[in-house]
Amino acid sequence: MSTYRIQGRGRVNHSEPVYFTFDGKTYTGLRGDTVASALLANGVHLMGRSFKYHRPRGAVSAGSDEPNALLGTRRGKGQFEPNTRATLQEVRGNLETTSQNKLPSLKFDIGAINDASYMMFSAGFYYKTFMWPKSFWDKVYEPFIRAAAGLGVAPSEEDPDDYAARYVHIDLLVVGGGVAGIMAALTGARAGAKVVLVDETAEMGGALLSEPAVTIGGMAGWDWLAAALEELESLGVQVMTRTTAIGYYHENMVGLVQRVSDHLDHVPEGAPRERLWRVRAKQVVLAQGALEKPLVFDGNDRPGVMLASAAQTYLNRYGVKVGSRAVVVTTHDSAWYAAFDLAEAGISVAAIADIRPKIDAELVSKARALGIEVLPSHTVITTRGRLRVKSVSVAPVSNGAVGTSRVIPCDVVLMSGGWTPSLHLFSHTQGKLKWDAEAQVYLPDVKTEEVEIAGAGRGLWGYGAALEDGVVAGRTAVKALGLRATARAPGVGVDRPGTGIMVKDLPTNGDPGKARAFVDFQNDVTAKDIRLAVREGMRSIEHVKRYTTNGMATDQGKMSNMNGLMIASDALGKAPPQVGLTTFRPPYTPTTFGALANYVRGHQFEVTRKTAIDSWAEENGAVFEPVSQWRRAWYFPKDGEDMAAAVARECAATRKSVGIFDASTLGKIEVVGPDAVEFMNRTYTNPWTKLAPGRTRYGLLLGEDGYIRDDGVIGRLSQDRFHVTTTTGGAARVLNMMEDYLQTEWPDLKVWLTSTTEQWATVAVNGPNARKVLEPLVEGLDISNEAFPHMSIAECTVAGLPARLFRLSFTGELGFEINVPASKGRVLWEALMKSGAEYDICPYGTETMHVLRAEKGYIIVGQDTDGTVTPGDAGLDWALGKKKPDFIGMRGLKRPDLVASGRRQLVGLLTSDPKVKLEEGAQIVLDPNQPKPMKMVGWVTSSYYSATLGRTIAMALIEGGFDKMNDTVYIPMPDKTITAKITGTVFYDPEGEKVKL
Amino acid sequence: MLLIHCPYCGETLPETEFAYAGEAHIARPENPSEQTDAEWVEYLFMRSNVKGVHFERWRHIHGCGRFFNAARHTVTDKFLTTYKAGEPRPDIEALTGIKAGVKEGEK
Repeated sequence: MSTYRIQGRGRVNHSEPVYFTFDGKTYTGLRGDTVASALLANGVHLMGRSFKYHRPRGAVSAGSDEPNALLGTRRGKGQFEPNTRATLQEVRGNLETTSQNKLPSLKFDIGAINDASYMMFSAGFYYKTFMWPKSFWDKVYEPFIRAAAGLGVAPSEEDPDDYAARYVHIDLLVVGGGVAGIMAALTGARAGAKVVLVDETAEMGGALLSEPAVTIGGMAGWDWLAAALEELESLGVQVMTRTTAIGYYHENMVGLVQRVSDHLDHVPEGAPRERLWRVRAKQVVLAQGALEKPLVFDGNDRPGVMLASAAQTYLNRYGVKVGSRAVVVTTHDSAWYAAFDLAEAGISVAAIADIRPKIDAELVSKARALGIEVLPSHTVITTRGRLRVKSVSVAPVSNGAVGTSRVIPCDVVLMSGGWTPSLHLFSHTQGKLKWDAEAQVYLPDVKTEEVEIAGAGRGLWGYGAALEDGVVAGRTAVKALGLRATARAPGVGVDRPGTGIMVKDLPTNGDPGKARAFVDFQNDVTAKDIRLAVREGMRSIEHVKRYTTNGMATDQGKMSNMNGLMIASDALGKAPPQVGLTTFRPPYTPTTFGALANYVRGHQFEVTRKTAIDSWAEENGAVFEPVSQWRRAWYFPKDGEDMAAAVARECAATRKSVGIFDASTLGKIEVVGPDAVEFMNRTYTNPWTKLAPGRTRYGLLLGEDGYIRDDGVIGRLSQDRFHVTTTTGGAARVLNMMEDYLQTEWPDLKVWLTSTTEQWATVAVNGPNARKVLEPLVEGLDISNEAFPHMSIAECTVAGLPARLFRLSFTGELGFEINVPASKGRVLWEALMKSGAEYDICPYGTETMHVLRAEKGYIIVGQDTDGTVTPGDAGLDWALGKKKPDFIGMRGLKRPDLVASGRRQLVGLLTSDPKVKLEEGAQIVLDPNQPKPMKMVGWVTSSYYSATLGRTIAMALIEGGFDKMNDTVYIPMPDKTITAKITGTVFYDPEGEKVKL
Repeated sequence: MLLIHCPYCGETLPETEFAYAGEAHIARPENPSEQTDAEWVEYLFMRSNVKGVHFERWRHIHGCGRFFNAARHTVTDKFLTTYKAGEPRPDIEALTGIKAGVKEGEK
């Protein structure tokens, strides 16, 4: 065991060694160690290189606020995470860790040249340096910046781990497992509330885990802790360690991320790596404590310089000495107690330098009794050492004048600039903070949620005060829940409450322009940068933040925000509250995408809707395409056909004999009731009153603005029942629109709307032989042309199945659409395939459907229309019930812009070269020789190769297109300009005789 | 995530069950054909864009399917009340003490 571990001390298991690697070398830690505590036990302080200057860095904290000790961690293939906090990640077998941002090695990094040229990299450096020439932006500057700056590298392999998610509804959520949080949870649980208590570290106890000398309720602090946790468990409280409250959202919803298996040597079968919890709590108590602030002085980032409380934690919680000879620099009493703990554990503490002139006499005498030199009114000038601090220079300050410095050799410098209440989650709720001028901290003020803040988060100090406040917060929550609280706070012994002051960067006798006094360690922002930002005109802390990037790293300014604010206010000559405070936003700590996505990935990312006939298509080699959420058969290639060949064959077969198509994805809405026809008259443009039962009509739906929203064939089954079909993608939208009008504009109408899209499987049979295929299967209906003409609907039996039969056509051929209960869709399909065998029935997909309909000039809403196309523009004026008093969009159609001339109108296009297929979306001009930018008069909406016509066809929206028949237009493309002639949109059977067979 | 009270179900439920449906109390004119262009523009396009108490429509789309109205404060994003479609605008000031009808740019 290394010389830095104290046998038997701390909460780690000294009889269970754990082996892990750091930069390829194997180290020994103990069960319960973090990676940081284990490395420190091995005498390793150098854990990474900094973001911008590549300066050597070590752990500065012992918690989630760590800005420096960020490592890559790996378990196996794909199981890699960058920027893991070494201070939070526990050691485990099978853990590989690597340092970041070094080239070629951590100890010798050529990127550190940036450090030597630091004058160049000052605040706003990027804005000033990389202005011109413009051509350098993506070729030179960005690659340079990306290579030079940065921390971890994103993983390149897919993450094989599972991530889980859960909801929980409770009475009381307590965030923070320190004594205040535990007491609040006890108060709630004893009153009978359903309580969850969470803490981000591996163990409950918070700061108490670093202060074993405290006694609570007459017991040793750690014994009280064990008893309290036992009681919580017996009361049914869910106590969750390794669980970070990442965000506080509306109505007391708190997001938690639980690290389920990152600390385990082996992940149990099926166990997730992390679990996201969405907690909805009636009451929340935030007991997140306070974060210690670093001091800002030259060389405050050298490995070995760390927070005093961190050294105390490493000593008492992990049994690790952070060094052999320490110097403490502080503005707060708490660091004195840390020094005493270290000295009593046998670490030499050379001196305590305190910026305050007056220090509590008891502290001073205790320090002297422990052989520690006391230096009141002292500042730190600098530190020395390459990869580890070797000495610190301190100097007396008198009336603002800094005296002569002296060098004290040491291998650790423990600093404390006082404590910042951790109010991140409170800020997420838009809770207001108020500046306490005396304590010089922001404290919680106006609340927006059902929340209490307890303990150090309210600026209270000491275990007695924290326990007391935990009870108060717990009681308030319990009372709000309508329960009765009985808990009282236990008494505390050996409490070490203290006070301190807040300072800006420490006074120095050196050149402040050359000081490398870091405010934000992770983003390499110095005090000089912040003062420069103010000199260059930044006035608000929000501007200072963005100009310098202070507080913008992944630690969200946990350490840097208050120091940055103190320095900016000093530079501006204003009080801190006049300069403002940047807003904390979720997440509290960096959160994996895995936890946020949890189950919603891969095939569970979005639902894939499949029709009842999808399995047949799959078995028969269909190529699929997604259409909204549906998976639809696109074409059915045979014997190595490509798409063009398959589509040409499918089109020809349908036109020549018969084709079969799965149209089940069409939206279907049943409109029923005594006022159904009135409702249809008011919604769709067409007149419906005279449509007889058994007949169908092409229906057009507009918005109030007069533009086309949807279309589809609508059948009237009886006086009070319509079978409405919609586009595949528009089904939900149309039903929503219908419901909206029915519920809110015309609630007097007796109409009921039901989505039947998934109730019916729909098969379209088209082609001159369609009737011959269908007829043998139909019972109870004469489907001859005379008895069942084009645009009919009837209920009958098809292939032994109850069916709704439409006679309609989206191909221009004789066509039927057969609807049967969805579960029988495949039965119907196979019966039709069997019946059609003698006519070489040909299954076709959506591409052939598109070609066939385009040959007939049938539009597809959303392809040939774009939300600004009127019925008139699309040549569908015939579908308007002009004699009706009103329908949705009727008034809209009279808007000045909609009746003006020069609107884009839907026309056909034939290219002069019949082999050239236009690109859908290509822009159209009238004069190809005009100067650029050319005046564009429209664009191509649909374009196909038509096997039937032996040439390409297209549709386009062109300004004033109806008056430009036979005109030549031009479609400029990157390599050539295509010429085409404007035509009508019906390319095939313009007389429409074929549907009437 | 907001909790929304559906006045038809009588339950307070998570936001994800609901869909926003635009500003409330904009009734479709009785006889649209008699509307002048200016009146029609007002109905079609003009919305209040309130900073403060906003009356708006929601649909309990993954629940009972009903459209209803809500008063929500656009600064705090809190729902002040919800009520059934067709019911008059409630007196928010009497209900909550919050002054309604303050437009963007006014104080």
